[in-house]
Amino acid sequence: MSRLSRLSISRKTFLTSLLSLLVFAAYSAPLLAQDSDISVTDSTSAELEGAPAAPTNVLAVDHKYDIGEAVDVSWDLSFDDTAGMRNVAGYIIYRSVAGSAEFDSIGAVFSLTSSFADIGLTRGETYQYSVSSYTLSGQVSEPIVSAEVTTEREWFDWDEVWVFILLVLIGGSVMYFIYHARKGKQMFLRKIAGLQAVEEAIGRATEMGRPILFIPGIHDMDDVQTIAGMTILAKVAKQVAEYESRIFVPTRASLAMTAARETVREAYMTAGRVDAYRADDIYYVTDEQFGYVAAVNGIMTRDKPATCFYLGAFFAESLILAETGNSIGAIQIAGTAQPAQLPFFVAACDYTLIGEELFAASAYLSGEAKQLGSLKGQDVGKVIAMAAVLIGAVLATLGSEEGMNIETFRGAFHGIWSVFGGGQ
Amino acid sequence: MADASPIGIFIAGVLTLGIFSFLYKDNPVYKVCEAIFIGVSAAYWAVEYFYSALYKKFWLGVIPPEGSGADPDMWLWGGAILGVLMLCRMIPKINWLSRWPLAFIVGATAGLYMMTFFVSNAMNQIASTMQPLIQDTFLATLGSFTVAIGTVTGLIYFFFSKEHKGIFGGAAKVGIWFLMVTFGASFGYTVMSRMSLLIGRLDFLFSSWATNFGQMF
Repeated sequence: MSRLSRLSISRKTFLTSLLSLLVFAAYSAPLLAQDSDISVTDSTSAELEGAPAAPTNVLAVDHKYDIGEAVDVSWDLSFDDTAGMRNVAGYIIYRSVAGSAEFDSIGAVFSLTSSFADIGLTRGETYQYSVSSYTLSGQVSEPIVSAEVTTEREWFDWDEVWVFILLVLIGGSVMYFIYHARKGKQMFLRKIAGLQAVEEAIGRATEMGRPILFIPGIHDMDDVQTIAGMTILAKVAKQVAEYESRIFVPTRASLAMTAARETVREAYMTAGRVDAYRADDIYYVTDEQFGYVAAVNGIMTRDKPATCFYLGAFFAESLILAETGNSIGAIQIAGTAQPAQLPFFVAACDYTLIGEELFAASAYLSGEAKQLGSLKGQDVGKVIAMAAVLIGAVLATLGSEEGMNIETFRGAFHGIWSVFGGGQ
Repeated sequence: MADASPIGIFIAGVLTLGIFSFLYKDNPVYKVCEAIFIGVSAAYWAVEYFYSALYKKFWLGVIPPEGSGADPDMWLWGGAILGVLMLCRMIPKINWLSRWPLAFIVGATAGLYMMTFFVSNAMNQIASTMQPLIQDTFLATLGSFTVAIGTVTGLIYFFFSKEHKGIFGGAAKVGIWFLMVTFGASFGYTVMSRMSLLIGRLDFLFSSWATNFGQMF
């Protein structure tokens, strides 16, 4: 996780600050170089002659909910930076460590800007800031000094408490349903068309005496789609073992190959056919995306699998694979959560598991209490999402002309939390 | 390809045509090109991983070069141990140890991505959908209603705890229609971008390669 995200500084704020710094570097560089060790107490009258009015009310506060490495500095704009005046080019921010009278310039911002985030500080250190306004001709106002501020680390980001509440709610639902599934309670899941065809597709391959091709996506095991693909592979491989058919699993990632071998071997063991397991049918090809695609195309045209499964994360290769599979007359069952690739699978495959259907499929096929409970718990999350969308849209229509964004959404949760005494 | 050698350009063009020959049917030329592509890329990535992971990241991390001023990063030994455990699968008696790094990667990934996915894929999208339904213009109002209805019916389609029958089934059907219209638009957009890739490759064949071919022969 980046430092910025840990500090909860929004990307917009960061980019604005960065842009301001870059643009003003040209203007301010001479000033900063010249005044790199400005002493507040040593400001000379020559510097102040013809200088713009200084900013007022300079505040320095420890950045909220971070690991103690940032301070937010704010000020009221200089009178010369207000409407009708506009004599100020920007502001220079200085910093001193407690106990030192020397203030070092640490940055500059545009005119009409009244805040600055100082990051990369030492936790537990006390700092003091001052801010001066300056003109394009290089005249600098007297620096206005803030009170001292000490950086502190907070263990919890209370701004994100709404995420925590929802996660607890959905996570609690998942655990509740897992508990009941383990107790033997029947969990209803609607039928998914693509899954109904799995057994039929494997049976067809067996009857035709041709192999089955399974592609678990092109990502590694750190992608949840690959994990879902592996779960479905376990079920497919078990049926393949029972039908005494043959399955090929070429992979793009070496770790995915290892996981696929483990999965298939266990499936064959479960089916009581470990003797029929062939490790060589599950192999690594290459990490190069289109090198892998070229290899899989070759396998399809030479071995002519009767059934092709594409279940995992796919990118530009989706249509190439599905079209080649189509050209050899294979039954094709695809599933991915990559929105840009779904249209290609929908167009070229017999069945497509769309988005979450891929994850639902693994629960549906395995019938495991954990996965069934997880899926039911996620359905609770969807009910919450639907309610939030409808209620939010109505509230936004009734109460706001600008609509709601993530900040108002977050603010609403934070407000509710504060009512119950949460936060600081 | 501006700085490529004439021989390099020639080989690139021949291999491109060789791969294109698959459009006709599988043939020996394609097989050769495929084998070269796979072999070269597999070797490239093997060297790349060895250099970037084993040498640059691990070796220089635990034994920083003299004068660099960096401290040895002992956390890297954790990754190294997991890597060694992975290799245990080649020894039948202890091959079960190779499951540990797999379990670690799957578990750590799920944990790390939970917050990111939940916020970016769920909460941010829900928040963005909360727009006023009544807008300044008719088209904007229609757009707001379309987004709200599309989102809710789409969620209904992905609801697995209830059979898609009656009103619920009708709403799910509306949801899948929204999805299909979206897929159609996405399909057209992506095909256009693929066409630009093809044009780029044809441009290479007809300009750089053809010119080079003429000069060579």
